[in-house]
Amino acid sequence: MKDVLFIIKENLAIAPQVYRMVLTGDCSQITAPGQFVNIRLDGLYLRRPISVCDLGGDDLTIIYKVVGKGTEQMSRMKEGGSLQVLTGLGNGYDLSCAGDAPLLIGGGVGVPPLYLLARKLREQGKTVSVVLGFNTKSEIFYEEEFRALGCGVTVTTVDGSYGTKGFVTDGLPENYSYFYCCGPEPMLKAVYKKARTSGQFSFEERMGCGFGACMGCSCRTITGYKRICKDGPVMRKEEILWED
Amino acid sequence: MGRLSVDLCGIELDNPVIPASGTFGYGYEFAEIYDINCLGTFSFKGTTREPRFGNPTPRIAECTAGLINAIGLQNPGVDKVIAEELPKMAKVFHKKVMANVSGFSVEDYAYTCEKLDKIDQVGWLEVNISCPNVHGGGMTFGTDPKAAASVVGAVKKVTTKPVIIKLTPNVTDITAIARACEAEGADGISLINTLLGMRIDLKTRRPVIANVMGGFSGPAVFPVALRMVYQVAKAVKVPVIGIGGVSTAEDVIEMMLAGATAVEVGAANLVDPMACKNIIDDLPKVMDKYRIETLKDIIGGMR
Repeated sequence: MKDVLFIIKENLAIAPQVYRMVLTGDCSQITAPGQFVNIRLDGLYLRRPISVCDLGGDDLTIIYKVVGKGTEQMSRMKEGGSLQVLTGLGNGYDLSCAGDAPLLIGGGVGVPPLYLLARKLREQGKTVSVVLGFNTKSEIFYEEEFRALGCGVTVTTVDGSYGTKGFVTDGLPENYSYFYCCGPEPMLKAVYKKARTSGQFSFEERMGCGFGACMGCSCRTITGYKRICKDGPVMRKEEILWED
Repeated sequence: MGRLSVDLCGIELDNPVIPASGTFGYGYEFAEIYDINCLGTFSFKGTTREPRFGNPTPRIAECTAGLINAIGLQNPGVDKVIAEELPKMAKVFHKKVMANVSGFSVEDYAYTCEKLDKIDQVGWLEVNISCPNVHGGGMTFGTDPKAAASVVGAVKKVTTKPVIIKLTPNVTDITAIARACEAEGADGISLINTLLGMRIDLKTRRPVIANVMGGFSGPAVFPVALRMVYQVAKAVKVPVIGIGGVSTAEDVIEMMLAGATAVEVGAANLVDPMACKNIIDDLPKVMDKYRIETLKDIIGGMR
């Protein structure tokens, strides 16, 4: 963990209300795909946790959706501006379980952290399949970026305006060695029920600190109480206890 | 004795800065980014007799200049704290720690305090009779002078270390509670715990916090905390620890002028994990600016 001043290099709308921000600064503390950063914003007391989408040298890419005051403020920030960012938070995905042909399943703003994961898995020579779920065609982002990595990509849209009609669970392939999943909780539950192999899920929760001090984002698991920010956000399928 | 040192119930602190319970865990996360031995001490996560998961999530709501929390005293219970956490804490923090204790009955408080009192590493027992986030305990004891005194009496009977009582601001006259605790033998008073608050999500029209209400803290509460520290410090002879919205070295000095012997820093740790270290580093400069030679000389020094 390190609190770092980053300079904004790019802040671009890539879909309605969805922005990609590239930040330059010390990324040394970010060690695994699936980790997140916590961003301090003027006039807002708590930081905003956003997952890491990609890394390259001193460049950190994040993708965020405007959902409230914090992300709205971020969307108005310009190139050359700066942000105080707590980096290297959370456990991230464990790549050692992937097998030869891992499947990556992302829904909406759950897609971004899978990009760095896909890139790392491709670098290891894995055959990577990706299922990306969106509500409608106009909301789709990063389909081409995943293809450019050499992943097999299936897109699902709830309204059927592009790709396979339905949810990500309607686009799952027959064969895969392991899966990694990030998205809204109903999607995680659906994948949990349908998946044929073991896998890892990335969770979201309202956080206080984002680094394990306040116990604001605790959850129960089969292996005990976990802090989503520190012991997660990635949990293994075998340890998950759904609350309801 | 350095410029920053103060005496807290017979134990010298290198400086008056103490991370507040519930905002610092057991110190491990902070020890990853700075040497936490620069702290005066720290008050570790509130301990209860039995393990507790706490409240359902969401447990956190943002506010203007602060936040509401409703954690609900999540902790592994006193036996595990003694067997596992205290030895781990000893590896990253080499001074005496402050053990924060909560309970649901007078017997609970006495039981947990008696166990922690036997641990050499524990310097002080901070007895929390002010947690707003649990039912049938916590704050119930802190809102009535007689109930507060009964906890103090029971704890004092079974302990030897200084007992500091942590008070809630959610009362009509906090000085009456403070005096009742002092009369029963409390060695110090810490205040304020969080103010009871709530937020509603306009989109869903539901409370942001699953528990509906929670404890409000952060810079927004500083003036209220300062006022209550001032009132209590005038009402009792035992040392007072000032808590509530402290975020800067200036805030520390202001709390001490109001009568605080030491100062706890809470919410600030959550938004800036370096907050306490920065405050300690800034103190000498700020003291120079206001021509303060030693901190202990300014305790209660408001003119």
